[in-house]
Amino acid sequence: MNTKCINLVDMRNISKSFGKVVALKKVNFKIGSNEVVGLIGDNGAGKSTLIKILMGVYPPDKGEIFVRDTKIPIHHYSAKAAHERRIEAVYQEKALGEKQPLWRNIFLGRQITTKMGFINTKREKQETERIMKELIGFRSKGISADSRVSSLSGGERQGVAIGRAMYFDADLIILDEPTVALSVREVEKVLNFIKQVKKAGKSCILITHNISEEYLVADRFVIMDRGEIVGEYKKEEVTLTELISKLVRAAGGNEEEAGALRK
Amino acid sequence: MTPGKTIFSNTKTYRTLAIALVYMVLIGIFMLTAPRAFLDSKIYLAFLSTVPFSLIMALGLTFVIIAGEIDLSFPSTMAMSGFVFVFLYTNVKSSILALICSLAVGAAIGLINGLIVAKIKIPSIIVTLATQFVWAGLAVILSGGLQKAIPSARGTLFYNVLVGRALWQIPAQAFWAIGLAILLAFILNRHRFGEHVMFVGDNRATAKMLGVNVDRILMAVFTLNGVLASFSSVLLALEYITWWPTQGPGYLLITIAAVFIGGTSIYGGEGTILGTVIGAFIVGSITAGVVASGAAGFWTQLIVGLVMLAAVLLNTLIKGKQT
Repeated sequence: MNTKCINLVDMRNISKSFGKVVALKKVNFKIGSNEVVGLIGDNGAGKSTLIKILMGVYPPDKGEIFVRDTKIPIHHYSAKAAHERRIEAVYQEKALGEKQPLWRNIFLGRQITTKMGFINTKREKQETERIMKELIGFRSKGISADSRVSSLSGGERQGVAIGRAMYFDADLIILDEPTVALSVREVEKVLNFIKQVKKAGKSCILITHNISEEYLVADRFVIMDRGEIVGEYKKEEVTLTELISKLVRAAGGNEEEAGALRK
Repeated sequence: MTPGKTIFSNTKTYRTLAIALVYMVLIGIFMLTAPRAFLDSKIYLAFLSTVPFSLIMALGLTFVIIAGEIDLSFPSTMAMSGFVFVFLYTNVKSSILALICSLAVGAAIGLINGLIVAKIKIPSIIVTLATQFVWAGLAVILSGGLQKAIPSARGTLFYNVLVGRALWQIPAQAFWAIGLAILLAFILNRHRFGEHVMFVGDNRATAKMLGVNVDRILMAVFTLNGVLASFSSVLLALEYITWWPTQGPGYLLITIAAVFIGGTSIYGGEGTILGTVIGAFIVGSITAGVVASGAAGFWTQLIVGLVMLAAVLLNTLIKGKQT
């Protein structure tokens, strides 16, 4: 493991309120390079708010964000600025256009074109085939660059979106509940895509309710509760069982509930 | 996930083929019921003279519907910009200037629709229903409700280039319509703009997230439709050497029907220009076919309706087979 992990992202003392509701209280959150971080917590813990601030969806009330040790001008930050800093988020429902072929989905907004704006479809299709095979290890038969998104399974869709982020050189890929509503086999595919991200030397923030899935792929776990970070563990430090207990206790539950969740 | 799935993934081609088949069957039926008319080239030349007016507007409407919107105002755009054309043609006596101003008025009308839809976020069916009344009303007021003839246009170079009969008696407007269709098919399928239009109609959140300026695309498709409607109005005014205030409304439903028969989805995100071209010819052929077959003219609507239902059903069936 890389001991001299530079901080890819360093969020310091981030606070955010929506009216009277305090969403984040002085949160400190870091991601190293080539690290998969599992962000865990109950509904309303502040995970999504934290990610949206990092993605430039809205600014924090207080706090600073550093990307590769450079401070970000927080009030001139946007999703576009996040992309320029090679940070990408994959949102399930927003990621792909259902009726379009894969190659159009991969290159939308970043088309390979002539000066007149005409698309080089042949190259876009070739590159799409390459992304699917080499970058994310797509092995499903019968899927080609020309396939429509509507013919793909939920896990495969995640794969296409993750592959797209990797192809365009994102250093940090944020996955918000990528396995929700997927079958066991599909979940396995998504976890494999995340392993590919790690293998390619990139970082990933994985938000999910399913801790055991997260445990399989993450290097570090950050537990949030009611707007605060209440625990951080490296994978070497905890077993899955311990992690579940910690999470349940953090959320104000007792040992019985933890036991129930483990099952 | 069967390996055979890739063959079916290109349903677009299948659907266009199905529509072409519908057209051939229709013509085949007319050849049997009205052999004297339909085995003669004259009727096809007649189609080439009348179909382009609705076809050109259907091309723009295809973009609007693929982007997930609708435009009901193009018949009034036609009335308004046609009026501007004949008015300037008679009073300023410059055909080119009259054409340019007419197209500019069409663009402005389309842009206003687009601005209201994109920026104020009012559903396009309501916006364009309202603007449809506004521009039709204004055209009637400005013209005093009277038709205007431009007899001096006939035989001029301008006239011949736009609606003359040059090659094999084929009307020039047919060349304009087909030329525009080819250009717009390229733009839809091969240009960044066309791709953006498809994604705006398919999943607006995706389009936005991947950097597509959704508002600009919406304004662009309505503007395009406005420009094409006014170009069509100029061709129509020249073809009949006359502009009349109520020439638009007759085109509303047949143009919309052409787009849907052509396989463009009301849900947005998909559609083909070739489908629209065939759709426009189907709708345009039915009237002539029904009359030539000896049935009374009032059968036309019933048959257009049945063909449209058949085409839409066929589309849905082919689509259902894929997913």
